[in-house]
Amino acid sequence: MIHFLVHDPADTVGVAVVDLAAGADVNGRDLSNNETLTAKTVEEIPLGHKLALRDFSVGDTVIKYGCEIGKVVAPIQAGQHVHVHNLKTKRWA
Amino acid sequence: MTTDRKILAYRRENGRVGVRNHVIILPVDDISNAACEAVANNIKGTLGLPHAYGRLQFGEDLELFFRTMIGTGSNPNVAAAVVIGIEPGWTQRIVDGIAKTGKPVAGFSIEGQGDIATVAQASVKAKEFVQWASELQRTECDFSELYISVKCGESDTTTGLASCPTVGNVIDKHCAIGGTASFGETTELTGAEHIVAAKAANESVRQQFMAAFDDYQKLVFGEKTNDLSESQPTKGNIAGGLTTIEEKALGNVEKLGKKTRFVGCLKPGEAPTGSGLWFMDTSSAAAEAVTLWAASGAVVHLFPTGQGNVIGNPIEPVIKLSGNPKTVVAMKDHIDLDVAPILQGEMTLDEAGDALIEMIVRTANGRLTAAEALGHREFVMTKLYRSA
Repeated sequence: MIHFLVHDPADTVGVAVVDLAAGADVNGRDLSNNETLTAKTVEEIPLGHKLALRDFSVGDTVIKYGCEIGKVVAPIQAGQHVHVHNLKTKRWA
Repeated sequence: MTTDRKILAYRRENGRVGVRNHVIILPVDDISNAACEAVANNIKGTLGLPHAYGRLQFGEDLELFFRTMIGTGSNPNVAAAVVIGIEPGWTQRIVDGIAKTGKPVAGFSIEGQGDIATVAQASVKAKEFVQWASELQRTECDFSELYISVKCGESDTTTGLASCPTVGNVIDKHCAIGGTASFGETTELTGAEHIVAAKAANESVRQQFMAAFDDYQKLVFGEKTNDLSESQPTKGNIAGGLTTIEEKALGNVEKLGKKTRFVGCLKPGEAPTGSGLWFMDTSSAAAEAVTLWAASGAVVHLFPTGQGNVIGNPIEPVIKLSGNPKTVVAMKDHIDLDVAPILQGEMTLDEAGDALIEMIVRTANGRLTAAEALGHREFVMTKLYRSA
């Protein structure tokens, strides 16, 4: 089973395509080249929500689709849930 | 796959192809809604289109109003139109605009005789039109003659993974055989505008797109009171896992396909002047945007959704597809095509695109979409600013 997908090799987050439990070893796939990926969750991540694929510090930029999707506003560790509590737009702020 | 597809559709007086056979009762203004709804109630098989505007508009906003009214009546999915307004001048302007298509159209005005007499006169004409239209036959037409509009809504991250790229696959196939299509949602391209700009067919088109994009950004910065969170992205987008406008936009533009370049930029509600993919400057609000595409002549709309937007349109059928495995179960009443197997690699984008083409053919041939069966007829006109 595929647990998460990424759009581009440069992506620093993946998208859960099933509900992910905390502490789970999960399998991913890169849609651009079909490469397989692995990660370990540190908290629950619902289907459709983002999984950090590396650690981030405040001010870092998150990459998805190979493009910037916003700036980190609270520290994030690999395997954590990335969403509105730790990531904000750079565009209309 | 589309190259040899045929559909059974209505060829209108001006040669354009429609997939529905509506007789519309169109109010020129808000105060004529009651008369229009009375006629639509009197004469079965007609379609009343009440709306909120049409009085004391001016300038570019008035031009958009007339373009939307005339365009709606001119849409090839409309067989004939009855137009009712408070006064004869603007009523006749809309009648004359629709009459250029060659289809039957008649106008009635209320001032000087009141609602009851107007409703009686308009009902006689509406009955004549609907009986005439009921005998029109579908004929074989080419799939490539369809003008298709695309816009997603209540998006989530599965939209960018599955349903939007499925639409993109269809756009590539449709435009490769000389079809016409349009995308828009100007603010919802924020963060992906560089990708869209790179898909312009030439420098002039790229500059027109960026001018429309920059103009909408100015509006946002002029009116905003926060970063637009909960509006763009919406609360539903956020519940579905989308965090920022940039992320939403990058999923949105998957609808544009991989190979297709867009050939021109349209004002809201403006009709394309040739085949190929066109950008239209629209709001990202679903009902407003689809109403503008219907006014531009689009006859089928493709609507990817993640969390389950329920929108429909009275003029053009709205085909909904979703790649969210929870939504296709929980909101199955509203979903015409399930592309969730893409997420597990059980369906390729090419297969999903072909399945969507098959659904377009069935819809064009007469299958009611989920939104049509459920009675979704959101007719929402775009207004640019306050009336005089």
